[in-house]
Amino acid sequence: MSNTDYTLQSKSESQTTWQFLLSELKPKGKWLTPFNIISIPIMLLGLGLIVLRFWKGLGAVTNLTQDVPWGIWIGFDVVTGVAFAGGAYVLTFMVYILNMQKYHSIVRITVLNGFLAYVFYAGALLLDLGRPWNVINPIIGNNFGTSSVLFLVAWHFLLYMIAQLIEFSPTIAEWLGAKRARKILSGMTIAAVIFGITLSTLHQSGLGALYLMAKDKIHPLWYSEFIPVMFFVSSIFAGLSMVIFEGSISHKVFSDQISEKNHHAHNGILIGLSKICAGTMFAYFFLQMLVFIHGQHWDLLNTPMGYWFLLEMIGFVLLPMVLFFISYRKNNVLLIRIAAIVTMLGIILNRLNVTVIGFKWDAAIRYVPTWMEIVVTLAVIFTEIWIFRWVVNRLPVLRESPSWVKKEK
Amino acid sequence: MGLDRRGFMKTLGIAGVTLAVGKTLHAKPKEEKEVEFYGMLYDSARCVGCQSCEVACAEAHEFPLSTDELLAGTKRETHEKRRTVINAYSTSKGEVYRKTQCFHCNEPACAAACLTQAMHKTHEGAVIWRGDKCMGCRYCMVSCPFDIPKFEYHSANPKIEKCDMCYERQLEGKIPACVESCPAEALVFGTRRELIKEARKRIHENPEMYHDHIYGEHEAGGTGFLQLSPVPFEELGLNVKIQKSSYPELSKGFLYSVPTIFVLWPAVLLGIHEATKNNKVKEEENE
Repeated sequence: MSNTDYTLQSKSESQTTWQFLLSELKPKGKWLTPFNIISIPIMLLGLGLIVLRFWKGLGAVTNLTQDVPWGIWIGFDVVTGVAFAGGAYVLTFMVYILNMQKYHSIVRITVLNGFLAYVFYAGALLLDLGRPWNVINPIIGNNFGTSSVLFLVAWHFLLYMIAQLIEFSPTIAEWLGAKRARKILSGMTIAAVIFGITLSTLHQSGLGALYLMAKDKIHPLWYSEFIPVMFFVSSIFAGLSMVIFEGSISHKVFSDQISEKNHHAHNGILIGLSKICAGTMFAYFFLQMLVFIHGQHWDLLNTPMGYWFLLEMIGFVLLPMVLFFISYRKNNVLLIRIAAIVTMLGIILNRLNVTVIGFKWDAAIRYVPTWMEIVVTLAVIFTEIWIFRWVVNRLPVLRESPSWVKKEK
Repeated sequence: MGLDRRGFMKTLGIAGVTLAVGKTLHAKPKEEKEVEFYGMLYDSARCVGCQSCEVACAEAHEFPLSTDELLAGTKRETHEKRRTVINAYSTSKGEVYRKTQCFHCNEPACAAACLTQAMHKTHEGAVIWRGDKCMGCRYCMVSCPFDIPKFEYHSANPKIEKCDMCYERQLEGKIPACVESCPAEALVFGTRRELIKEARKRIHENPEMYHDHIYGEHEAGGTGFLQLSPVPFEELGLNVKIQKSSYPELSKGFLYSVPTIFVLWPAVLLGIHEATKNNKVKEEENE
């Protein structure tokens, strides 16, 4: 083969890749679905508000005050969102470290969900930064604030996103038909997984550790030196509840992509996950009780914040834990889904209690988010779902890998 | 290796002498330049509430003058256009004034919180903010136990505003503007050591005039802004339950666990991975 032949061939190949990518960008299926009708106006409105925010400053769209500098963009988007994205590290631990092959079919979608969650919640963090053009400073060393928990969290976000991208990259290679790249990338999976689990342990707890110095500002029922441990343990069942919730929806919405075999395996997977949720929630509840008794805050229980604490602990930890126990003993998949939703509400409640509701709980003027903060939050979530849907519809995330992958094995 | 008995004894001897001498040498403090923080002493017993310090501060940092009235019972706050305020309190000894400003902690929570070291404890003692580093995350505000850093919420290029003990003026050899302006000598600028000595002297010489406590000597691990008062400090709206150790101490435990986990986790995870991989191979062989 002469040289010219080769270049011609690669040229035409690259051209088809471009054409392929362009064709993939086009929407598939119906446009006017209920989801689109709701999400598009909110996303557009959110975009407008983001422009306003960068034009007039944070005060133009948020209700943040000098006393409460972090609102729902941090407390919900970042702190709660990252807890929900914890499913990726738990599942990769089970599949790649413990070799539980049963859960292999949901690894890709969970990692994709986790990756997008990090990209968008880290993106939401940029909206909240007053001087976002300096975001690069802790990375380029202007300066390395190594005594800061936020420095650790920021680096971990960045590194974990890269690790998750590597974990997910064989899927992209399969989509593009890049055989050699797939082989190299899948060889990196285990390293990325180990690195990713280590990073996750540290930044899931690190998000709690952020609030350690706000000792006098957080209600004593939620503040203890064990916030990092609590955040880490709860991220396990928060992430898995998200996997159950998202898996149940994906199972319906993308059912045409799921093979017969995986369809049947799905209930078994949910039951397995509910066992882990029940176990870790028991540990979490036990830890919370230990911290509560150790903190000697019995007198605080008989206050409005005390009732709120009891509601969280009993209604949104103990109750879903019992539901998980019952559901796997009775093989009740519907109950698992209900338990997962209650658990997720509980996680939202817990994270907001630490970051927003219990933060400066005794201040004269309380922070309540504006409708604009909520719209921007929704816009971020909807955009993430759009990208998620786009990827699942095109890449072999839920559906089987192309036949050449199996041949190579 | 050629280490005979003589050589061994020689080595032992040298090691022994080094150890013995090493001990005596270490007992002497090294001739390093000791860090001597500068601070301010504010004396509520002397303050007459004239607000000259507020005016001087506004002029020094080009802020508009305050228009709100000084009244006992209404709390005036510092904000992004006002780095210090005087408040009046009705106390057991009548109306007493208190100055609010940055405490310039020895180990500041804001500086420990800052991921770019934009908040910085200088060698001179002032805690300053550096705009070229700050990304506006406001973690300093979350961490500061005194709620001192303020953020410009209505600006597209927002700054963090707080008292910097007139660091620029200090570099020029001048003292902070508020100290210079005080007609009642309620404010003193000096090294923290001198200020504590001075404060103790005042309490000792006039025990009936002062509440026997220097706020800031131990609060939050010690602060550069020290206060004296004729009444207990809770009557002046200060948090007296504040911890005596420094705030960065609170996240130290977590930060120290990071390298441990970074070493331990990958090794353990890799081990488990290898162990379970073998299981899988065996299962397949058995099948």
